[in-house]
Amino acid sequence: MNQALPIVDIRNLSYAIGGRPVFDGLDMAIPRGKVTAVMGPSGTGKTTLLRLITGQVHADGGAIEVAGQDMRTLKRKGLYELRRRMGMLFQNGALLTDLTVFENVAFPLREHTDLPERLIRQLVLTKLQAVGLRGAAGLMPSELSGGMSRRVALARAIVMDPELLIYDEPFVGLDPISMGVILRLIRRLNDTLGLTSIVVSHDVEEISTVSDTVFLLSGGKVVAKGTPQELRCYPSEIVRQFVGGLADGPVPFHYPAPDYFAELLAPGEAN
Amino acid sequence: MRRSNTLNLGTGTFVALGFAALFFLTTQTTNRGLSFGGTPHYDVTAKFDNIGDLRVGAPVSMAGVEIGRVVKIDFDTREYKAVVVLRLNAKYNQIPTDSDAAIYTQGLLGGKFIGLTAGGADTYLKDKGQIDFTQSAFVLETLIGQFFANFAKGQSASTAPNADTPATPEKAK
Amino acid sequence: MNTLNELWQSLIDSLVRLGAVVRFLLRMLVLIPSSLLRFDLIVAQIWNAGALSLVIIMLSGLFVGMVLGLQGFQLLQRFGSEEALGVAAAIGLVKELGPVVTALLFAGRAGTALASELGLMRATDQLSAMEMMAVDPIKHVVVPRFLGGVIAMPLLAAIFSAIGIYGAQLIGVQLMGVDSGSFWSQMRAGVSLSDINEGIVKSCMYGVACSLIAVYQGYYATPTAEGVGRATTRTVVTSAVAVLFLDYLLTAAFL
Repeated sequence: MNQALPIVDIRNLSYAIGGRPVFDGLDMAIPRGKVTAVMGPSGTGKTTLLRLITGQVHADGGAIEVAGQDMRTLKRKGLYELRRRMGMLFQNGALLTDLTVFENVAFPLREHTDLPERLIRQLVLTKLQAVGLRGAAGLMPSELSGGMSRRVALARAIVMDPELLIYDEPFVGLDPISMGVILRLIRRLNDTLGLTSIVVSHDVEEISTVSDTVFLLSGGKVVAKGTPQELRCYPSEIVRQFVGGLADGPVPFHYPAPDYFAELLAPGEAN
Repeated sequence: MRRSNTLNLGTGTFVALGFAALFFLTTQTTNRGLSFGGTPHYDVTAKFDNIGDLRVGAPVSMAGVEIGRVVKIDFDTREYKAVVVLRLNAKYNQIPTDSDAAIYTQGLLGGKFIGLTAGGADTYLKDKGQIDFTQSAFVLETLIGQFFANFAKGQSASTAPNADTPATPEKAK
Repeated sequence: MNTLNELWQSLIDSLVRLGAVVRFLLRMLVLIPSSLLRFDLIVAQIWNAGALSLVIIMLSGLFVGMVLGLQGFQLLQRFGSEEALGVAAAIGLVKELGPVVTALLFAGRAGTALASELGLMRATDQLSAMEMMAVDPIKHVVVPRFLGGVIAMPLLAAIFSAIGIYGAQLIGVQLMGVDSGSFWSQMRAGVSLSDINEGIVKSCMYGVACSLIAVYQGYYATPTAEGVGRATTRTVVTSAVAVLFLDYLLTAAFL
């Protein structure tokens, strides 16, 4: 297999929020040209990881390399240059509420290029066609359903032909049909546009159908890595619990509390 | 885009309204009103012993009609008098040269203004002319002092010689 | 001694916040020249902050002027100086009431709108999305709103004062019978350009203060529904205190 350089290379990353360590010695290499899923229980810092990759926050220790750039030494200008090669899909679409669907998708083009209006129009319509929403070009974001606004955001994310696409929990709150649409788009866009896609999600079943590699994070470390099939039979408690959706396991059901009987039989005092 | 055209129109109207208000404030409420820049006028000076609190911009009237404004107040170091420049509307160019200029008060707490009383000369005031007959402002303290001085004199005339004579305020003349 | 510690801590916190706000202002100032290139954005914000506040400003100006006319007349009547109503109302409005009341109303209407707009954009990730698209949200979204407020404020204050004078005249001359000529001539004699100047400078400074506070609170709002609500409340309170404090400073400075 041709070992192309990973598009995102994370080595020994450490990062803490408010004193609490989120990552401690994390190693991750995300391969180019593939769809990579990053999964994990709530609160393991998946969104934080995305923020570190996109440069919205800075690591405390370790190294992050994105598309060959060392994130530690990147200044604002270099960061903005890098971001133009990336596209990001936010959890709720994050469309600009005072612009139409067309204007939202055209926004990066208008800000970063000097293309003539005619060309902009063609590009926007092409991208909207790719996500199936060319007919909705004149609507306002408030008139769109959740799934539709996410598709528009996707069109906006690919309008500048990025190398890397990042999806932050794209399936939250979607009905099965919309979910299927987004899944199909993730795979198709990745293959036809030659992108690399990173999908943060915890919809195990769904994401397994379209991803090439899966990383499972827990406790700030990678606890499992492999293809979706490999993960299903992974010899690890935490992977088993996560993949199987089990209520109790390494991630406990009960929030830490004193002894049950002791608390029940204690002389009544409201805490 | 049509929407931005109405937006531009609306904003432009608002800004115009704001400037209109500013224009109103600066011209209609201050003494540098519009009437002044353009109207033809001529300046005359008048010297006073005491102008009280007459201020630049105070009106100059004759027979109760406003015919001009005070534009400059200066001090003559030789004669120790106040030199007031009156800017008169060129329309009123038949004011005799021996007219009298006096300083009056508007109401009880009002500002001071200059009132001209016509004299009988055949020559009229012209630009750079001078009004020779002036009456100073009425200063409340002087009147009170004079009142007490007269009162005391009246008292001492009708009673035995009194050691207590109220002091009369000194006024530089 | 605990309260002393807390007081000290809150003093430090306030200084830190003040520093953050000033740095934010500096960052905006640096971006103003390039932001002016997108003049259409600024025009939209002048409309947002200024034109949409017109109704409340004009209504308030009228009523404040009428009250001034009423109260002023009662007071001056005791000294037989009703004709001074014009100059009293004009000076009061132009130097103090116009700038200050306009600023407080502005903070309530336009300030909260600015703060909640930005707060909402923060809460729905629109600002992060812009960052990700390599567009500086401060340049694109914040600076135009700031400039819109700064430009709109002195204009609103002038409109307030002008309508206020009309209101005072309405009560004093039309209703109470003050002589119209004296009303205006005493005003003209008593109000100088430096008074108007003082009023304009004050309203400009209040514009900067209120707009800065509003955009700062909105931009750094906690990205939740209650965070946005808190940001708008804080905008009004902080703006009010800042305006009244600046009022004292500027009045003393002009003396």
